[in-house]
Amino acid sequence: MTPKLETRALDLSYGPFHALKQVSVAIRPRAITAIIGPSGCGKSTLLRVFNRMNDTIPGVRVSGEVLLDGQSIYSPNTDIQQLRKKVGMVFQRPNPFPLSVFENVAYGPKIHRLANSGRLHEQVEASLKQTGLWDDLKGRLNASALALSPEQQQRLCISRLLAVEPEVLLMDEPCSALDPIATAQIEELLMRLKARYTIAIVTHNMQQAARISDETAYMLLGELVEVGQTNAVFTRPRDPRTEQYISGRFG
Amino acid sequence: MIRHFDQQIADLLQKLVRMGRLAESMIQVSLRALVERNESLCEEVHHKENEVNELQIQVDERAVTLTALQQPVGTDVRFLFMSSRIATELERIADQAVNICGNAHHVLQGSPLKPVIDLPVMGEVAEKMVRDSLEALVRKDCALANEVLVEERKVDAYRDQIFRILLTHMMADPGTIERALALILISRNLERVGDHATNIAEEVIYLVEGREVRHSHELKIRESPAGEKNHVEP
Repeated sequence: MTPKLETRALDLSYGPFHALKQVSVAIRPRAITAIIGPSGCGKSTLLRVFNRMNDTIPGVRVSGEVLLDGQSIYSPNTDIQQLRKKVGMVFQRPNPFPLSVFENVAYGPKIHRLANSGRLHEQVEASLKQTGLWDDLKGRLNASALALSPEQQQRLCISRLLAVEPEVLLMDEPCSALDPIATAQIEELLMRLKARYTIAIVTHNMQQAARISDETAYMLLGELVEVGQTNAVFTRPRDPRTEQYISGRFG
Repeated sequence: MIRHFDQQIADLLQKLVRMGRLAESMIQVSLRALVERNESLCEEVHHKENEVNELQIQVDERAVTLTALQQPVGTDVRFLFMSSRIATELERIADQAVNICGNAHHVLQGSPLKPVIDLPVMGEVAEKMVRDSLEALVRKDCALANEVLVEERKVDAYRDQIFRILLTHMMADPGTIERALALILISRNLERVGDHATNIAEEVIYLVEGREVRHSHELKIRESPAGEKNHVEP
């Protein structure tokens, strides 16, 4: 199967700090890939490579290849706005705009001019339905997004992403600010969303990676130690360093 | 980092070792009852069986509890599942010792049919398989586990040999049939002990290497040279 995202011999440095070392990984389309590893191993950096969010950090150097659908996303003629529309990111803490529920979701389609005002409402509705928020919020579309519960805020942020019709969802610890029930609901949502989107998720929660992902990549000190089907990685890891980490003997 | 979980796993392993020692000594004592024509020894076997049964339940309970509480992965999850299976094998080995006592009772009803020579030797091989499979578990030693898989052929060969010899006795004198059949059944009991030890060895290999060898090694043995073919159903 052709990977949706791929890195080949990727190196990344923040000034003198070598954050990613010769990382070659292929992310399967329409599946959930979990990236796990101890703090500082480079997992968030790797995630941010996929929509070039590291570009904003001064002193970053990237070498090697990063491909989306086989095309380099680090070539001079890459349209970064288009890239980030296709490859969206959800963060650790829900970060809705201080706007209404409707405006949060409508924001992306408006700036990307994806919809005229008639279609816009439909698009907001469809995005909220995909994350299961519609039924709860359809009567409160003008309420402030900041008044929602943390879980609803995170769902809203995912809806906001879906409204611009992305292909890849990057998630950096999307449940770490949520309680267990909210976490379970977001996990269920991700498992539904993978039928349509390619999802890469960074998580510190190994059980979460085991529960929801199809593939797991283990990183340590900037290197990709092991990547494979999640059931194999968690029951018979090939590398002893992976076993040490996932079984809690290290990390 | 040493985890509290490692200590809990070590405790579980100790229970399996204890079960193994009990099961092994039960086989030994049941055969002594036969050879020494002393049925009272069987009391010890029945007594130990209760302890083995109790340990089996404890192992299963611990394995379930630790799975629920620790969310084990990698070697840990393989160990917990295999510990439950190994406990089942050991409990069945213990049951075979009880069966040997039952069959010995029929043998000891009459006069000695012939000197009992092959069964104790076969018993030693089977006991060693049990011992080695447990030793392989403790040492996480796949080479030793593989030796157990090879030994299974020896046990099968003894069973066939014992069957042939007793068959001649039965043909010569139908009055020996009941005692001879009981002896044949004891050889079947010991063969089953070897089978359970083989299962343990396979489970150890899976536990240590994550490699599934069930069924595949039987295939290899069947494919071995004709001279080594020794599986004849009586």
